[in-house]
Amino acid sequence: MRPRCSSRRLHYLPGKSPTTTCASWLRCTQLTALQRFYSQRVAKFNGVKDSNGNYPVSIIEGDGIGPEISQSVKDIFAAAKAPVTWEPVDVTPVFRDGKQTIPEETIESIQRNKVALKGPLATPVGKGHVSLNLTLRRTFNLFANLRPCRSIAGYKTPYDDVDTVLIRENTEGEYSGIEHVVVDGVVQSIKLITREASERVLRFAFQHAQEIGRNTVRVVHKATIMKMSDGLFLKVAQDVAKDFPGITFESELLDNTCLKMVTDPLPYNDKVLVMPNLYGDILSDMCAGLIGGLGLTPSGNIGDECSIFEAVHGSAPDIAGQGKANPTALLLSSLMMLRHMELTQYADRIEKATFDTLAEGKALTGDLGGKASTSDYANAIISKL
Amino acid sequence: MLSRTSARAAQRLARAAARQQPQIAARSYATVESDIFRPTKFGSKYTVTLIPGDGIGAEVAESVKTIFKADNVPIDWEQIDVTGVDSGSPASAEELFRQSVTSLKRNKLGLKGILHTPIERSGHSSFNVAMRQELDIYASIVLIKNIPGYDTRHKNVDLCIIRENTEGEYSGLEHQSVPGVVESLKIITRPKSERIAKFAFSFALANGRKKVTCIHKANIMKLADGLFRNTCKEVSAEFPGIEYNDMIVDNASMQCVSKPQQFDVMVMPNLYGGILSNIGAALVGGPGLVPGCNMGRDVAVFEPGCRHVGLDIKGKDQANPTALILSGSMLLRHLGLDEHANRISKAVYEVIAEGKTRTRDMGGDATTHQFTRSILDKMEHL
Repeated sequence: MRPRCSSRRLHYLPGKSPTTTCASWLRCTQLTALQRFYSQRVAKFNGVKDSNGNYPVSIIEGDGIGPEISQSVKDIFAAAKAPVTWEPVDVTPVFRDGKQTIPEETIESIQRNKVALKGPLATPVGKGHVSLNLTLRRTFNLFANLRPCRSIAGYKTPYDDVDTVLIRENTEGEYSGIEHVVVDGVVQSIKLITREASERVLRFAFQHAQEIGRNTVRVVHKATIMKMSDGLFLKVAQDVAKDFPGITFESELLDNTCLKMVTDPLPYNDKVLVMPNLYGDILSDMCAGLIGGLGLTPSGNIGDECSIFEAVHGSAPDIAGQGKANPTALLLSSLMMLRHMELTQYADRIEKATFDTLAEGKALTGDLGGKASTSDYANAIISKL
Repeated sequence: MLSRTSARAAQRLARAAARQQPQIAARSYATVESDIFRPTKFGSKYTVTLIPGDGIGAEVAESVKTIFKADNVPIDWEQIDVTGVDSGSPASAEELFRQSVTSLKRNKLGLKGILHTPIERSGHSSFNVAMRQELDIYASIVLIKNIPGYDTRHKNVDLCIIRENTEGEYSGLEHQSVPGVVESLKIITRPKSERIAKFAFSFALANGRKKVTCIHKANIMKLADGLFRNTCKEVSAEFPGIEYNDMIVDNASMQCVSKPQQFDVMVMPNLYGGILSNIGAALVGGPGLVPGCNMGRDVAVFEPGCRHVGLDIKGKDQANPTALILSGSMLLRHLGLDEHANRISKAVYEVIAEGKTRTRDMGGDATTHQFTRSILDKMEHL
């Protein structure tokens, strides 16, 4: 018997519907080149409704404050009559063949539903643990991290009217995890850039720009120093840009982006930024800093097959169970999820109610300087729906 | 090697400073007191290599030369117009680069603008990086501080970024395994991490700063950044008087734009330094206002802290020379010419505080020449 393909990626076999099971490794290497890579639409949602006409969505409630904020999101969705049924799943790590992974039922659930919403997870401290986030990303091949940041009326920071969209390559780059000690005291860490992964995330960036009506895609790089690796990313971007004549393609050095964004973020309001892993990690958190921190920023991890939307803040074990937590980040992430599922009208309604509640400032949670509890805040939003 | 001597030197300095409090502010480097720097001096004049650099370099260097001359600073410039812009003859560019390195090795001191690094030309490493590696000027210091009278979104920012200059992501080691798959190596070594950490702590001690923060990404790059972080932690044990903490780079950049006041001295590998010095410069008003220097065992090169070429405003007489002038006055303090340094930097601060003459990046409409003129006028009254 020939070895089976271990990847969980979609394989496009001629004349057949896409499938994740694959005949052989040999066959597979020929066909992986033909996956999403060349498809016209990257990462399109193709979930199916259940018998009640609702889309099932896997929900990972998370640790610490996770259950409370997940409950708020569920309440608000119920009040808005969003056609979603929640399917709670558990991601407590299990060890299979000596490797840390997540339970099989969870993988099945997310693969069936195509979307998941995820609360904060506490990263286990100690050596040898791969973080659960990384495990999820690898398991479902979530290649792009989408991080929009928009100023919230009602929460004042030194920066007004920020509205940035940042897309980060999520699978390789500096976070490839390939590192070794050459001799004692000398470490090599490898940044890996491949044409395939770059093309996939860049194509997604251009398509996302089209979808949200921004007509500039700007690649952030450091190709002056890393001529080959970032150079390849930039080269691929130039190639992909030719397929999108309606969208202006620009490139900018990382240093300039950092400088200009912090000086004045407004010129970035009509652009989509796309960049390799590490730069994306740093800049997306920096953008979050511009609008008041991770408690207010949504995040989506987009993959070929499945997508996971998450709150990127910590699990805050110190205030867990006290009803003080702010569910905004998870709520905004869930709205991104609704838009991904093309349930735009529900997303718009909930979003308006949320922003109105925040702008009014009567029912704010403690982190935003208010006194309301998590459920007060959720109820305030519900009353606006 | 250096690290140990410099640590001792710094401790000596700090003890001396503790005895006579008021003098601490002028002195800014841990390594100065020891005699390892022997700048070239003929008669009573020092020879300093001047590399104006590309873009706005020529204009701002002109401004510095005028101001230094007006103040009778005892410095002879040895100017070398090396350029990174593709001029059609790579051989002559290379030749000039070699000259500048030789000159710096001889003079031990330099004032430098930024050299352009083209993306297109393959096989050409950045002259800026090559120079730092060749001269082993391993520590980059960037001083981020609000200039009184020039308000930005953030108040009371006073931090200092110490950046490892010679390894990390800028190692220049890259290869293509198969077409479409590129590997780029980030190198972190214990000796270099240790010497930058010691430099940072000695710097903090010598300048009366309270806290050193190590910036890393050790949760992902467990070995490379882990080594850097552990080394910093070990070094911190030798400096019990200074508070030490560490922070992940993405969190640090978020904190930088929301609460920059919490930072004091920050020490980090190469790439993060590039990112944070730009974020920092933006907090206080842009690359035209941030001075910096690169320190090594033998050579010290002073250059604007936030390394921007400014090709877009080249030759338009719009550039802000403040960064290079303040870097120049750091050079003067390094030579012990504090009187000149104080007069020049005071004049610059007063002109900016008055607000009548400001260059375009500070919201004014003065040209580089007008701005320089006002500094000269101000210096006459000091």
